[in-house]
Amino acid sequence: MCRLFAITSKEPLSPMAAIHALNVMKEGHDGSGVGLFLTDLGGSFERFKGAPILSGIFSNEGIRALDRYMLDLDFMVKYKLSIRPAKTPPPGTPKRDNYLVRVYDYPPDWQSLSKEEIEYRLMLTRLKLRQMGEQDGSMIVFSFWPDVIMLKEVGDPLVLAEYLGLDNEEFQARIILAQGRQNTNYAIDIYACHPFFIQGYSTMTNGENTAFVPIREYLASRNYAGYVGYQSDSEVFTHILHFAQQKLGMGLDMYKHLLTPLKDEELQRHPHGERLRAVKHACRPLIIDGPNCVIGCLPDRTLFMVQDSKKLRPGIVGGTSGMFAFSSEMCGLDAAIPARNKSEDFQPMKYDTVMVPPHRQEVVRWNQWER
Amino acid sequence: MESMGKISPSTLSISDLPWQILWNKEACTLCGRCTAVCPVRAIELGVHRKRVVQTLIGLTEKPGNVFTVYHGVDQRTDPAHACIGCGMCDLVCPNAAIRPIRSTDVDKLRFHVNQGGVPRRRGGRRNDPRSVLDEIKFIRISMLTDPALDAGRHDFELRTLLGRILPAEDMVKTTSENGWTPPVREIYPLIIGGMSFGALSPNMWEGLQMGVAYLNEEKGMPVRICTGEGGCPPRLLRSRFLKYVILQIASGYFGWDEIIHALPEMKEDPCAIEIKYGQGAKPGDGGLLMWYKVNRLIAAIRGVPQGISLPSPPTHQTLYSIEESVAKMIQSVSMAWGFRVPVYPKISATSTTLAVLNNLTRNPYASGLAIDGEDGGTGAAYNVSMNHMGHPIASNIRDAYLNLVKIGKQNEIPIFAGGGIGKNGNLAANAAALIMLGASGVQIGKYIMQAAAGCLGSENDRCNVCNIGLCPKGITSQDARLYRRLDPEQVAERVVDVYLSFDQEFKKIMAPLGRSTSLPIGMSDALGIADGDAAARLQIRHVL
Repeated sequence: MCRLFAITSKEPLSPMAAIHALNVMKEGHDGSGVGLFLTDLGGSFERFKGAPILSGIFSNEGIRALDRYMLDLDFMVKYKLSIRPAKTPPPGTPKRDNYLVRVYDYPPDWQSLSKEEIEYRLMLTRLKLRQMGEQDGSMIVFSFWPDVIMLKEVGDPLVLAEYLGLDNEEFQARIILAQGRQNTNYAIDIYACHPFFIQGYSTMTNGENTAFVPIREYLASRNYAGYVGYQSDSEVFTHILHFAQQKLGMGLDMYKHLLTPLKDEELQRHPHGERLRAVKHACRPLIIDGPNCVIGCLPDRTLFMVQDSKKLRPGIVGGTSGMFAFSSEMCGLDAAIPARNKSEDFQPMKYDTVMVPPHRQEVVRWNQWER
Repeated sequence: MESMGKISPSTLSISDLPWQILWNKEACTLCGRCTAVCPVRAIELGVHRKRVVQTLIGLTEKPGNVFTVYHGVDQRTDPAHACIGCGMCDLVCPNAAIRPIRSTDVDKLRFHVNQGGVPRRRGGRRNDPRSVLDEIKFIRISMLTDPALDAGRHDFELRTLLGRILPAEDMVKTTSENGWTPPVREIYPLIIGGMSFGALSPNMWEGLQMGVAYLNEEKGMPVRICTGEGGCPPRLLRSRFLKYVILQIASGYFGWDEIIHALPEMKEDPCAIEIKYGQGAKPGDGGLLMWYKVNRLIAAIRGVPQGISLPSPPTHQTLYSIEESVAKMIQSVSMAWGFRVPVYPKISATSTTLAVLNNLTRNPYASGLAIDGEDGGTGAAYNVSMNHMGHPIASNIRDAYLNLVKIGKQNEIPIFAGGGIGKNGNLAANAAALIMLGASGVQIGKYIMQAAAGCLGSENDRCNVCNIGLCPKGITSQDARLYRRLDPEQVAERVVDVYLSFDQEFKKIMAPLGRSTSLPIGMSDALGIADGDAAARLQIRHVL
């Protein structure tokens, strides 16, 4: 079982806060991968709020190809953070040339474009770079989005963090999602490492989605360029969230209804049964199965957690005003926010969605019977 | 020397027949039950003279003959009375003195069942016991990383949708605008397929309907049954049980006068309307109810004279192109029920299935597509149609599903598979395999006849006389002397047994796969097969 940790804080934090929490939960991950998603950035990136940031791993040749490509598109590098790892990587971690975090200036001719178009083109650019690097492994791209940094690598979280120098004060974020991976069914592939990202949406999952193939087929047949990848069965959770909000205009309250709709007899008793039934029918291929705990972040910086309907994966939320954390184990939460009222900790059950809105004042929860 | 009598080219010996009667003189009580029960009069009372040579000890008297007579059972050998292997003689014999034995040699009867130039017609199924579905295994077992579910204790959603589902984007718009949403039924994925009132006896029909009603009302299982082409008894049309029934309209339109007239008096809408364009057992051929079975009751329900054969045309009559005709027919029938009832076509599996399917995807009123494979059964058809015509269901369903995936409409038009599901008794496994290949549900016919009513037919050409009304179990007969053998209450009980056990077995497949929240439609990663070519064709895993 993987270990998940997410934190949202009024004050920017070092990613080490999340790494330490993962380290406390160490017995649950096997070093087959660690993934970080940082948003609402502080540190050096605070001043580049609107500019897209490219995160990925590049070989020297990959960097040259990247420069050529981005130059052709008229993107200008505005700022870059160089991560210079120690010469010898830790056991199990491949030797990489460059871990890259670069802030770009938009091409001048994008200025007249609508927000949607810009967001679409940013996604296409990320996918194109990913595709260009796929054959020879020269480019591995995690995100290309304003105010978002992502990092993924194979290895033990704490050892890797030290190796990459993540305690660098330039790295600061108010929202951090972190996964310590326990590889299960699939080969160790860096693209299979959580969290996953699409257009500002990011989720990570603890579990196994047994309905993966039909869901993948459904998403891939939506005729939308962003629904690709699927090296992990959990990537569909991110895309379902994106689909629900961007394509169907639904709010977060409907996400749980899509993943695990109420049963037919339950819908008969639900005040919005008819509407929910229509949703259940139309979105039937998005119904997940298997044990899954999903933690995610919306573009508006809401952090949330939902469970599958059989509740076979742990998950807990707690904190104090201004700082809340979502953790797969209670010890992770204890490590990150020891001074909190534990009686207010909440472990979402099969009907629940729990979230911390961008203002970080409280944990909001609702269940499928209310909405 | 005694004359052998006249022999003709079609004179056959017992050895030439596919089934040979093994009779034990010692055990036989001569009660006559076997000869009375034989549906085709293949056996009759035989009076035999027997000579015994008597040679007395000593030489005082010459050896002599004693002529005795014994009574026994004779097997007739003319093609019209050849044994069909049903085994009813064995069933009724108090001493187990008689039974049919399948010839190990290729019979010669098959060359002579076209007397008068009429090819062989029969009921039943394709005479081939092989099944690709039986070879499919469920290989994705949830182990440590994803604990298997408990088939006995967890909740499982075993429901499917019959009806046109709007694309998700359209659903959101329609819901917010209070627009028209196509009718959708949430039903059990195992449907009793179209077997007409006429093809089936009244007792069989009643038993099936009672079983279905019980499953719905007492067990909460939304099981549906299709009428087949032959209308629907007037009382059922006007009852609340109509909602469990899929009314079929086929090219003969039998019974539809009655149905249309009953419309204003219907208390409930039917579950759906199935427009039959073809069936798997006899693709490209219309329905056929032979004259033997058209008695007064059947004639009344179908609105035809008594005692005539009722061959439906191979296709629906149309002035326009078939595509337009299908669209118009779906629309007209939808309109008859105020667009509240799903209407879908049923076709024979064919290499042209995708053309039909693509056509339906563009028709907003088409609620689904039922595809009937070559292993489908029938009450009456030409032997050549049954044995040689048609397309296997597995690859046809897979192609149809993958085609829908390609155009992104896999959730919009449900596909239902029929034909040979459970032909070797593996009902749940076959149904699950088809669902994971992409079917939304399956239709069964022969299986329910075998399991709920004791049909004797087999893929080795056993019995298969459904067409001439002589069904020895009373399942497909319209002769009260035969169908009174079938107690409708007991049929209903068996229908319930079949569904309850299917439900458990299906869960026993779903639970280890880690699926419970929804029916695993298209979960092809769970399937494997040892035949590499089949694996490649079905796009499932090749396992050895």
